[in-house]
Amino acid sequence: MPVRIWREPLDADKIKVSKAEIHILKDQCKGCDFCIEFCPKQVLETSEELNIKGFHPPIVIDESRCVLCDFCTAICPDFAIFVIEKDCKEGC
Amino acid sequence: MKIELESKAVLSGQHFLNGDVACAEGALAVGCRFFAGYPITPATEIAERMARRLPQVDGVYMQMEDEIGSIAAVLGASYAGVKSMTATSGPGFSLMLENIGLAIMTETPCVVVNIMRGGPSTGQPTMPGQQDVMQARWGSHGDYEIIALAPSSVQEMFDLTIEAFNLSETYRVPTFVLADEIVGHMWERVNIPSAKAIQVVNRKKPENPPSEYAPFKPDEDLVPPMASFGEGYRFHATGLTHDENGRPRTDSAEVQQRLVQRLCEKIRRNADKIVKVERILLEDAEVAVVAYGIASRAALSAVRKARAQGIKAGLLRLVTVWPFPDKQIEKIAQKVKALVVPEMNYGQIVREVRRVAKETPVVFMSKLGEEPHKPAEILDALRRL
Amino acid sequence: MTEKSLELKHPYERFLRKERMPHIWCEGCGNGIILNCFVRALDELNIDLNNVVVVSGIGCIGRISGYTNTDSFHTTHGRPIAFATGVKLAKPKLKVVVISGDGDLFAIGGNHFIHAARRNVDITVICANNFIYGMTGGQYGPTTPLEAWTTTTPYGNIEHAFNLVHLAAASGAVYVSRWTALHVRRLKESIKKALQKEGFSFIEAVSQCPEIYGRYNKMKTAISMMKWFKEASEVRNFSDPAKAEISPDKIIVGEFVDIEKPSYGRLLREMKAKLKTKQK
Repeated sequence: MPVRIWREPLDADKIKVSKAEIHILKDQCKGCDFCIEFCPKQVLETSEELNIKGFHPPIVIDESRCVLCDFCTAICPDFAIFVIEKDCKEGC
Repeated sequence: MKIELESKAVLSGQHFLNGDVACAEGALAVGCRFFAGYPITPATEIAERMARRLPQVDGVYMQMEDEIGSIAAVLGASYAGVKSMTATSGPGFSLMLENIGLAIMTETPCVVVNIMRGGPSTGQPTMPGQQDVMQARWGSHGDYEIIALAPSSVQEMFDLTIEAFNLSETYRVPTFVLADEIVGHMWERVNIPSAKAIQVVNRKKPENPPSEYAPFKPDEDLVPPMASFGEGYRFHATGLTHDENGRPRTDSAEVQQRLVQRLCEKIRRNADKIVKVERILLEDAEVAVVAYGIASRAALSAVRKARAQGIKAGLLRLVTVWPFPDKQIEKIAQKVKALVVPEMNYGQIVREVRRVAKETPVVFMSKLGEEPHKPAEILDALRRL
Repeated sequence: MTEKSLELKHPYERFLRKERMPHIWCEGCGNGIILNCFVRALDELNIDLNNVVVVSGIGCIGRISGYTNTDSFHTTHGRPIAFATGVKLAKPKLKVVVISGDGDLFAIGGNHFIHAARRNVDITVICANNFIYGMTGGQYGPTTPLEAWTTTTPYGNIEHAFNLVHLAAASGAVYVSRWTALHVRRLKESIKKALQKEGFSFIEAVSQCPEIYGRYNKMKTAISMMKWFKEASEVRNFSDPAKAEISPDKIIVGEFVDIEKPSYGRLLREMKAKLKTKQK
């Protein structure tokens, strides 16, 4: 789906948008799907894969959409997902 | 009302006190700085004394909403590193039993004083009884061992409360002072020694760093060293069956076996060090009385009278009721023709005495209600043997 | 997502007893979220973990004390508040937090709750309210809504539920709030506030038990329970807690009480200080 941009922000060239790095501790996941369901940017989806406990952990479909809101980290009952800001010193 | 302001924890000197107050003073003398309780006859005077005295020595008196809360708070304070106690009577003791089980399981040093009145149920609140001795031993669910001491004088209310704390700290086990209402309310002279002369035992602390600390890993004496909350050990304790790290193990028969066995054995194996009895005129005795608490006072008088009449009688007074003085009683039972057991109940400790005495006949003298045994009654029993 | 996941540590790992993970809670259970909110609050407040004591009672959430990397005690059923009272008064420097369930704190332990609140003992109580006795398989409890199906209300619940925030406020708590397990930020903020408050603070964390409550009450999954929280919740800060009863179509959340009142510990210290000057 193409993103529709109404207006280019004037300082778009000066502002650096943070990039996210999503980490999923697959075997800790119990497959509640909260991170998928409540992600405001639909970054995740259920994977086909089964983890050690027999659950389907989430998989990242588009990391670039993540805005680092950290809601997935906060809502995960199993401490199985967290997001960090990408180190973009050398560009990413 | 103006209250006299003491500031010392140990009121060294000679005093005229009742048993309950002497008990409170004993606790203060050995370093108890936390009391949580709920008013109940005939143990209330202990709470009253503690309410007055604890703030004077920077301690905490806490009146809880019930006895369940009281014992829970005592356990909490003990885990925070403060010597703690509560005092109650039968109905309150019944309410405490579940958390006494928790104290046993989590190896929490604490002292519970039970000034025994007449039961069952509300019974006779102002009358004496010795009806809770089996409850003290078996009242909480599961298998365990506890320590219980039975004072028979006001001086002993002071001395044995100190002893109870020391044993509790040594073995990390709840320790009971089982006194009857008469001993609790009786007034007598008490000698409080100097602070230096009082033997104070404190729980063993871990010597290894927090990273290596296993809170329920015992030393050779089967007792694990105990860290307190807030010391950086960051350990977990639970009433669930747990391994040496305090981790719940509800799935392992082996862990259950090892833990329960150790909780029992740490007391059983040390019984010789714990058990105290007083032997009076037993050297050449042909008949003997086995008694504790108030009944032992009448028994002493009866034994002396019997001697005066030419009967070779003796008295074995149980200072420790639990663990049961098996060896001490067995030794006497083998020597004498018969034993007399006077108790203010319908037959409790006598069962243990019979178990140990084997072939030796045991005469039981029950007493219920207001009046304790009269020396003449016990003398009579000795004469009929 | 990269292979690095295996090397990187979860940012909150240091707050947890890693060797005891995974926790025993079912998939989608709110207890893990409450644990998550709690450790994030500790993180943001930068509290020395050596001074935190977590006390819990019996029930699913009761296991929480085993998971926090602090001093912790798992008491008998209903007694964590009384135990915590002893800890706090014996060693006032400690931050003592009780985290337990609705049955533990308000059925078997109700008496300790109201009295600790009345005394204003300086502890924080977090109640995971899942409307049910989860550990024993789903029996009704003091917060189960009318008509709900549980294993011991096979014909529908005929008992009225406690409104916990009203009860806490009426008992004298100085800080009272309610959030659901979906309100992870506000719940965390509330825990932070409660931990810094002098006196008895209470937070009700409405939590989902999809396994034995939701499934039998028209909410088939954890997500559907969370959606219920989302749709039914209405933030009304400092509204009358008496009017904040939870109903199927409304869960009023927010802070209800935030007042100042000297704590038991403070009054005790003052009493002892006065005594000391008299003794001299």
